[in-house]
Amino acid sequence: MTDSGHKHTRAARLAKYLMGGPPLLFLLLLFAVPSVIMVLASFRYPGEFGGLAPLTAADPNTLQGVTLETYQFFFSDLIYIKVFIKSFFMALATTLICLIMAYPLALLIALSPKKNRNLMVLMVILPFASNFLIRVYAWMIILGPQSVLSQLVNNFLHLFGNAPVHLLFSPFAVLIAMVYVHLPFMVLPLYSNLEKHDPSLLDAAQDLGANGWQRFWRVTFPLSLPGIFSGSALVFIPVLGMFAIPDILGGTGDMLIGNLIKEQFIGTRDWPFGSTLSIMLTIAVLLIAWLAAKLGGHRGHYA
Amino acid sequence: MAQLEIRNVTRCFGDLIAVDNVSLNVEAGEFFTLLGPSGCGKTTLLRMIAGFDLPDSGQILLDGKDLANIPAEKRPIHTVFQSYALFPHMTVAENISFPLRMARRSKAEINKMLHVALEQVHLTDKASAYPHELSGGQNQRVALARGLVNRPLLLLLDEPLGALDAKLRQEMQIDLINLQREVGITFVFVTHAQVEALALSHRIAVMDQGKIVQVDEPAKLYSFPKTRFVADFIGHINQFEAQVVKPSHGHLCLAISGLGEIIAPPLEGVVAGDKGVFAIRPEQVRISAHSELTELKNHFSGVVHDLLYRGEVSLYKVKLANGAMNEALLPNSAPGRAELFEVGDTVNLGWRHDAGIFFHD
Repeated sequence: MTDSGHKHTRAARLAKYLMGGPPLLFLLLLFAVPSVIMVLASFRYPGEFGGLAPLTAADPNTLQGVTLETYQFFFSDLIYIKVFIKSFFMALATTLICLIMAYPLALLIALSPKKNRNLMVLMVILPFASNFLIRVYAWMIILGPQSVLSQLVNNFLHLFGNAPVHLLFSPFAVLIAMVYVHLPFMVLPLYSNLEKHDPSLLDAAQDLGANGWQRFWRVTFPLSLPGIFSGSALVFIPVLGMFAIPDILGGTGDMLIGNLIKEQFIGTRDWPFGSTLSIMLTIAVLLIAWLAAKLGGHRGHYA
Repeated sequence: MAQLEIRNVTRCFGDLIAVDNVSLNVEAGEFFTLLGPSGCGKTTLLRMIAGFDLPDSGQILLDGKDLANIPAEKRPIHTVFQSYALFPHMTVAENISFPLRMARRSKAEINKMLHVALEQVHLTDKASAYPHELSGGQNQRVALARGLVNRPLLLLLDEPLGALDAKLRQEMQIDLINLQREVGITFVFVTHAQVEALALSHRIAVMDQGKIVQVDEPAKLYSFPKTRFVADFIGHINQFEAQVVKPSHGHLCLAISGLGEIIAPPLEGVVAGDKGVFAIRPEQVRISAHSELTELKNHFSGVVHDLLYRGEVSLYKVKLANGAMNEALLPNSAPGRAELFEVGDTVNLGWRHDAGIFFHD
């Protein structure tokens, strides 16, 4: 009896390792190791043609060894902090707009008859079926100077004597595409939260004297906070690191952290500084995630 | 004038008539129960009183005022839901004070009323706990306090004891009776559990297929059911196909095929030859091994077919000469009493001539 029980636990443990092992190994090799390499690289000098300078070199005039120079450089010029702050506000604006647009949609889906819900969710995720870049380039056409939208806007502005504006290559273009691309990431967690709400709670609130507005703010909204937090994290964090959308739709002044990092590796070939920027971004994201967990944590226990 | 008046209310869902021309009066301060099997329309009726649903025709009046154009949130009627529907993100105190805040009462008033309500349901020490930290019985009491705290004219209770285990349910029944007496608020209680209805109510309305079948006090309902449905639904009852032999002044003489003639209580308006059903409660049937029951006008012999020992009582299912089953209930007051019958024993059954009821077809 004990023996077979013992065998059973051993078999169960083996199965656990066999199932959990490969993904764990995958993460270790492809996430943990590169992260460590990145941290180490940030303390090195850049190589002459990209890559890293050697740790030791025969010629004392070549750059070599370890340094804190990249970190000093990061804090020596406000421009980098400014890009971080700009990226932060872009991510915040995207998250807020996504939330405001996604909430009514998620509520609508959650309140629809069950048989229609799957179709509606499918429609929300349908844009994923086409390539990300193609969807972003589509905005180039929509916002381009010859587009119907541009002409409508400029005709309207002309009526009031204002000079024409360029929609494309502007922070506005970046924001609109950011919202467009990330909206489903807000809708889905919100929907999956709202769908689980017990409808009898709203009956109870109404029965006890709450009007429609009060029912929403006192019952539905507070109960949906966990969904709001996870949706916001799924939008905020990727937007913070996004470089493709500002690259394609932004002007020269619309550089975000993602563009800055990409530029270090591909443009100026300064790997150590690129690594430093990445580490700073990771720290910022972790800080925000920690703050969100602190804010959401004590309210999330009933979910 | 009755506090709650339901006048000819009908509600249909497609082809189904959920509530069929129902009229009822509930007096102020009454503990009134709507009793019926599931699907009889009692919950639909309750939802219309609460304001979650509207009648297709008919009127619902509270203190003489038609509720038709008053939305649920404006009615001075609160509900205790079957699932309690407590707000999971609010503490006990926040849950209970919710209706007070919705009614825009002052802070001082809220605190005072909350305090009283917490005391009434013995939950003062749980005020800052969340519903998921409480037991089912405690959540039940929170739901009750939340329904009562703002002093509604009417409290509706939708099978509120259904989710509790048997022992706790009995305790809650007693609490509920005491609470209702204490607060003096009219209760309209919906249940399919007849034992609960009998124990709690001042009056019971039995519903079947959307119609009110009988409205009476518990003891009257149990002893003098007006229809076979009521007799069968409330408690157990033995039924025999019977035919009137002779309706005389003081009693009724009935013939039961295969058994012979019996004497039953009189019934107005029956003539010889009328067919129907004679019904008698198991506890009115006496059972004995000897022939001492011959002093009773109605007595038969039979064979014990099944025996259910229930602790406080034993239920004997006795097969009579005509093949019909008759249930008899014996209290087990004396331990190891002599007359414990076994399956297969031949026994005598009998009942008084004024026991039982004849239902005319």
